Amino acid sequence: MAANLDAAAVRHVAHLARLNISDAEVALYAEQLSRVLGYMEQLGELATDGIAPTAHPLPVVNVFRDDVPVEPWDPQRALQNAPQRQGAFFRVPKVLDQDSA
Amino acid sequence: MMPSTPTVRPIIGLEIHVQLQTRTKMFCGCPVRYDAPPNSCVCAVCLGHPGALPVINRRALEYAVLTGMALNCTIARHTKWDRKSYYYPDLPKNYQISQYDMPLAEHGSFEFDVDGTTKRVRIKRAHLEEDAGKNIHDTPGCTLVDLNRAGTPLLEIVTEPDINSAEEAYVFCVELQRLVTCLGVSEGIMQKGQMRFEPNVNLAIPADGSECRTPIAEIKNLNSFRSVRNAIAYETQRQLAAWQEDPEYVHGRRPNENRGWNDDRGVTEYQRPKEAAHDYRYFPDPDLVPVELTDAMLEATRALMPELPVARRRRLVQQFRLSPKDAETIAEHRPTAELFECVLAAGGPPETVGKQFVNVWLKLANDRGAAVTDLGVSAERMAELAQITTEGIVNKTAANQLAETMLTRPAPPRQIAEELGLIQVQDQAATARWVEQAFAENAQAVRDAMENPKKAKAAAGFLRGQVMKLSGGKADPKLVGDLIEKRLAGG
Repeated sequence: MAANLDAAAVRHVAHLARLNISDAEVALYAEQLSRVLGYMEQLGELATDGIAPTAHPLPVVNVFRDDVPVEPWDPQRALQNAPQRQGAFFRVPKVLDQDSA
Repeated sequence: MMPSTPTVRPIIGLEIHVQLQTRTKMFCGCPVRYDAPPNSCVCAVCLGHPGALPVINRRALEYAVLTGMALNCTIARHTKWDRKSYYYPDLPKNYQISQYDMPLAEHGSFEFDVDGTTKRVRIKRAHLEEDAGKNIHDTPGCTLVDLNRAGTPLLEIVTEPDINSAEEAYVFCVELQRLVTCLGVSEGIMQKGQMRFEPNVNLAIPADGSECRTPIAEIKNLNSFRSVRNAIAYETQRQLAAWQEDPEYVHGRRPNENRGWNDDRGVTEYQRPKEAAHDYRYFPDPDLVPVELTDAMLEATRALMPELPVARRRRLVQQFRLSPKDAETIAEHRPTAELFECVLAAGGPPETVGKQFVNVWLKLANDRGAAVTDLGVSAERMAELAQITTEGIVNKTAANQLAETMLTRPAPPRQIAEELGLIQVQDQAATARWVEQAFAENAQAVRDAMENPKKAKAAAGFLRGQVMKLSGGKADPKLVGDLIEKRLAGG
């Protein structure tokens, strides 16, 4: 079954990803993403009755760390790849309208 | 405080973020420090560098489970981690690690007392996540980012909308702070942002035989108890006024909204419609394996559970007949309450211990900006002071002075009392002589006490004070009172 992602859905996803895309790109991605989704839909053909859902591919659980501090990075190292910095701070374009986590 | 129509019912749910007091971050070994220089507590994991892998902090998980248990939640036997899309530079991975559809704890409840009535609020869920760093906006044209806080363990607690007034919300937050500090899972310091509150508020308004509800407003990021109370009180009034102005201001017909609290102006301010913010595209984090909580792990955590503040206060009132106010004061901090019970265990008479603990020891501690447990006075010596006060060996005034001396002198209280001459004089004859002297020296007060009904009470009190003064604080106040009364009556 071919998935069909329409232009509105593509625009919505682009907005969520903070991407600014042209009308031509919307049409292109709608077609390409529909094909990707259609490909994924092949998974629906598998019989999964009686198989417990998993949240992780590895048969491993409970990987923990003790609450013991390790030496953090020197701030100079932390900042060395920053495109812009000011003193010991990362400097970024003005953040507007933040909705905290 | 409340809207003018008494039947209007506020419907309030709370989301609370609590920073856990672990030594290290949620998913990396960077130390959690509040006042470190910018970007000095960071590493590849909390900076979101490619290929860096998170590992769960065992202690943070234990703290979260313990808190979930204290909130009477069902603890999930199987839980996992999800990525929540995030577009601000204070979490540089572009997502926050959180828990979406399988939270660590669910379906709990929290009980506390408001104005003498027990209030129960259901807890919808509690889950672990990571805090963001700090964006600093005080430089024009740019934002500065400090990632020290990024990755700090956060417990998000979500209540059902069972709270019905600003006051109930206020008390809930105060009690939750007492709970987490008692559990030792968070310091709960507001000024450091260790607890942040987001109330969801709307109103149920009876109208035309049915009930209509206003759109839900989520008030973002309140970081004091006072702002929780004020913001909700303001918001309930605002919504009622908005509905009175516009009959279409109803849930479903007008959008829910996010609002911010402006503390200076004392108002909530519109930020944006709420729907717009809500497509977070959660998906399971492939970098973290699930957690399976075994019986042994849950038992080990449950063993850490102390007596909780609300229960302890109720017990102090019932078992030792403390006033609810004194019980609240004593149970405010766990070490204080534990010391108090040690004083009782050391044989201090409960009633006197209760009064002295609040009026003497806690006061001495407050005056010194110290905790009562840091005064350097053992439970045994506190018990002895209460004992000799109860027996009348020293009076209450002398006990105050004695307590202060005990801070610097390790000797037994009774011995100090003897050295300072504070042993109460039970001698009738000696006391009578002080009374006689006081009467002789204060003729006007004696006349007032005997003849002037308006001044009689104050004058008698003055005379009692004079006798105590003449005795050097050693007279038995009760005996003094009796003798003065007798003499004034012409005896």
